[in-house]
Amino acid sequence: MIGWLAQRLMQAIVVVLAMTIIVFIGVHLIGNPVDILISPDADQAERARAIQALGLDQPLWRQYTSFLFGMLHGDLGRSFVFNEPAIAVIAQRLPATLELAVTAVLLAILVGVPAGLYAGLYPNSLFGRGAMAGSILGFSLPTFWVGLMMIMLFAVQLGWLPSTGRGATRALFGVQWSFLTLDGLRHMLLPAINLSLFNISLVLRLVRAGVRETLPLDYIKFARAKGLSPARIIFVHVLKNIMIPVVTVVGLEFGSTIAFAVVTESVFAWPGMGKLIIDSINVLDRPIIVAYLMLIVLMFVGINLVVDVIYTALDPRVRLRTGG
Amino acid sequence: MSGATSAAAPDAAARPERAQTPLRQVAAGFLASPVALAALVVLVLVILAAVLAPWISPQNPYDLAQLDMMDGRLPPGSPGSAGFTYWLGTDDQGRDMLSAIFYGLRISLGVGMGSAVVAGIVGALLGLIAAYAGGRTDAAIMRLVDLQLSFPSILVALMVLAMLGKGVMNVLLALVIVEWAYYARTLRATALVERRREYIEAAECLALPRHRILLRHLLPNCLPPLIVIGTQQIARAIALEATLSFLGLGVPITEPSLGLLIANGYQYMLSGLYWISFYPGIALLITVVALNLAGDRLRDVLNPRNQR
Repeated sequence: MIGWLAQRLMQAIVVVLAMTIIVFIGVHLIGNPVDILISPDADQAERARAIQALGLDQPLWRQYTSFLFGMLHGDLGRSFVFNEPAIAVIAQRLPATLELAVTAVLLAILVGVPAGLYAGLYPNSLFGRGAMAGSILGFSLPTFWVGLMMIMLFAVQLGWLPSTGRGATRALFGVQWSFLTLDGLRHMLLPAINLSLFNISLVLRLVRAGVRETLPLDYIKFARAKGLSPARIIFVHVLKNIMIPVVTVVGLEFGSTIAFAVVTESVFAWPGMGKLIIDSINVLDRPIIVAYLMLIVLMFVGINLVVDVIYTALDPRVRLRTGG
Repeated sequence: MSGATSAAAPDAAARPERAQTPLRQVAAGFLASPVALAALVVLVLVILAAVLAPWISPQNPYDLAQLDMMDGRLPPGSPGSAGFTYWLGTDDQGRDMLSAIFYGLRISLGVGMGSAVVAGIVGALLGLIAAYAGGRTDAAIMRLVDLQLSFPSILVALMVLAMLGKGVMNVLLALVIVEWAYYARTLRATALVERRREYIEAAECLALPRHRILLRHLLPNCLPPLIVIGTQQIARAIALEATLSFLGLGVPITEPSLGLLIANGYQYMLSGLYWISFYPGIALLITVVALNLAGDRLRDVLNPRNQR
């Protein structure tokens, strides 16, 4: 187990290193930031000074090594636009994205698991069929368009909910959160639903398929023959066994949710790091782009690693295979 | 639907030997589902609309001479100054939305299908090589696939476009990079099963060149799952392209796809001019859902486990 873990950790490090090279070289392929950041009226001396200040006169490999060295110290360069450390700019936006993504994943579990359970137990019921059809829509509909339609219906036509921004925030542990105020929650509702639709469909289908697979198995029949109550059979015997894949997928989807928050944040003008990266790509703010991509890569590799470890710990079959 | 089956039945009885070909079986199986039939009809109409856009559109939405600013932001059904009715309204430039949608479909479908074809070829070849070569080649290719699939599609596309910038070709490339791994994984799995069959052994005994065994013997027998994945991937590619264009990272403003049309209407939505975003979205939705439904049906029909 220790050997496996070490091997898995090494793999993760190699992936992160490979990604730093790809991202770093790739980002330097896009246009010259000098043209964008320095006013065209600046004279040669001013230009040279600015280039030097930004470190753009160094050869690429030197820029890379200093970037790698900086990264190990939590320094990913200064944003060209904000003139602040890139990490600080992203860290400011991180809570907004995190609370949105966490809410979306919670919604997916709170809606998806019961709905999937019901659809699995009564697959021919009206709700069961409707849930399946709805989940196809949840997969097919482009998130951004659903978001627009939600704004149109609930914000413009009905005027029930605000359409943009984060609303009032309140500090907790020195960070501003929206979910602590009523106004913030009202602002969060539409984006969170929008972001969770895909996950709801996914969890629903997963739970439904799990229930359908588990119900005919012998141990369920035996539990029934033993005279256990239907509620106990469903919630203890069925649900416990189908939760392993659900936990795995939800864990992996958390990363995707943060990535897809880019779309939802752009639609609802939610000031998170997704909106930041889109704005930064448009103005070629390289340090922010690099820092965002690296942060996301690190997060993904981390999530994958943790899910892998938990999965192995949870499921004896996987544990035996890798351990032996 | 009942018409289709009753029409097919006497036909099959009259010429049973022709009804036995695999293609006919698949076609009959596909069309037996009314939903799939409807999806197919819709798809044909969508493709026709895209291909015939210059001839069936009331106006060329990108010919400035045909646009009239006075007709800007008209609601659906308004009569236009050019003598035809704007059935789906106009945008701020006085552009007929119906024409814009037809032209947008060309870009969306073109990018979606183009990327699916290129990614399909690249992915299929790599998958085929991985399955046939085995060993280190297999491990290297599949490790790459695993790495790629562990990142969500939007992130990979975002990375590529952040590096390369906007443009139709860059979007196409981004979509190919996102998609190839799905094809490679699918084809490898199928090819691993197929290559143990006797006909491959026979071909190897005949000492046929390796490329011939791969491309003429192995590949054709691995096609069904590839077609299913392809249908689904086209739908995904179209949706992803629309998303990227909406974010302003996709196609340029001179070649607007459906996603860009929706993005253009976004700013007017808050003032109640819903149609500029709404109808391109409906077109996108119809296309993607029809592709997904057709793909689902194809999967059921082509799945050997479901064959009676």
